[in-house]
Amino acid sequence: MHELSLCQSIHGIVDRAREGRPVEVVHLQVGRLRQVVPETLAYCWTLVTDGGPLAGSRLDIDHVPVVLDCGDCGRRTTVADALLLTCGSCGSGAIGVVSGEELLVTSIDLRDPADAAAASNSAAPSGPAPAPEPTPTPAEEH
Amino acid sequence: MGRFHRHDDGTEHEHDHEHDGHEHAHEGHDHGDHSAYATGPERVVVLERIFDENDRAAADNRAALDAAGVRCVNLMSSPGAGKTTLLVHTLRHLRDTGVRAGVVEGDIETSLDADRLADLGAQISLLNTGDGFGGECHLDAPMVARALTRLDLDALDVLLVENVGNLVCPAEFDVGAHDRVMVYAITEGEEKPLKYPVMFRSVDVVLVNKMDLLPHLDFDLDLFRRNVAAVNPGARLVEVSARTGDGLEEWHAWLTDPARPAARVG
Repeated sequence: MHELSLCQSIHGIVDRAREGRPVEVVHLQVGRLRQVVPETLAYCWTLVTDGGPLAGSRLDIDHVPVVLDCGDCGRRTTVADALLLTCGSCGSGAIGVVSGEELLVTSIDLRDPADAAAASNSAAPSGPAPAPEPTPTPAEEH
Repeated sequence: MGRFHRHDDGTEHEHDHEHDGHEHAHEGHDHGDHSAYATGPERVVVLERIFDENDRAAADNRAALDAAGVRCVNLMSSPGAGKTTLLVHTLRHLRDTGVRAGVVEGDIETSLDADRLADLGAQISLLNTGDGFGGECHLDAPMVARALTRLDLDALDVLLVENVGNLVCPAEFDVGAHDRVMVYAITEGEEKPLKYPVMFRSVDVVLVNKMDLLPHLDFDLDLFRRNVAAVNPGARLVEVSARTGDGLEEWHAWLTDPARPAARVG
């Protein structure tokens, strides 16, 4: 629901960080406590970037699980699906959130320079022929 | 950090990639072998919080409110839980007791809520959040900053921000208030604290509203209290009826308590 707002903020951050260079992938850490739907975020990213310099870039979302430390029994709980914020061992609500509240742009992958050069300059520079553009394989998808 | 360069003479190279003080998340996936390529995709470390811009604006709002001596409460709920009806009572009470009140009204598209709050002695700044681009589900700090410019803060003691009716998005955005208060209608059932723990965790006070309907419902008040306590042991519950006015004294006393300590931000 607030994914569109988040994408606008992400756009501002990425546009500053790229310093004019083309971007292929934007890597995010999104804690599950942030209530962000990754598919919705990815869709909103296409809306926000449409027609601009970041059009065609994609989001790579590291969806960080919620991990709690219990203030009573001291045990650690990794919360599965339901966002029940209580200790998995003793049921106490006196918990500290270890992870799951992350919401940040960790890094960006610039578009492959060989690709960018070929796209922007049809007269390829002399020298060794550039290696074929590596086609992204499933193994490279995060 | 390595950086690709293309010089004017057409030569290209990439500086050494140094892992200086940051970590890549390489575990669990394979980047593939790029060693055959002189110039592979380059990764630029950013590590910037997505809420930084909002949080800076929220801090500015709070500083402006502090400078004017205004206590600001972010009022959140589901649609129809009774925020506006509650505000009618509260603004009347504040007017009658000499407390200068203001309202930032996060209505969508219309001024229906603001119309109900007119003529109660409060300054009202209306924010129509339906701009069609991400603002329709919550108020954020830059929106509230715009609303503050339309208020005479020096003539206020208390500012109530009526957020958009929604149990998800408003919990995520610090608008620059000093306290977060939730209006919860008992018609919403007992289980919502477990389904929306982020919202319930974020608030200082839960006004348990529509208590006048309790005889007609199967609502288990004790179970609801336990569910709130499970996700937010520090939350204060106040049973009220915005329709009859019952129970509002405790809420009004809390709202206007000059000794009320600064709670978490919101």
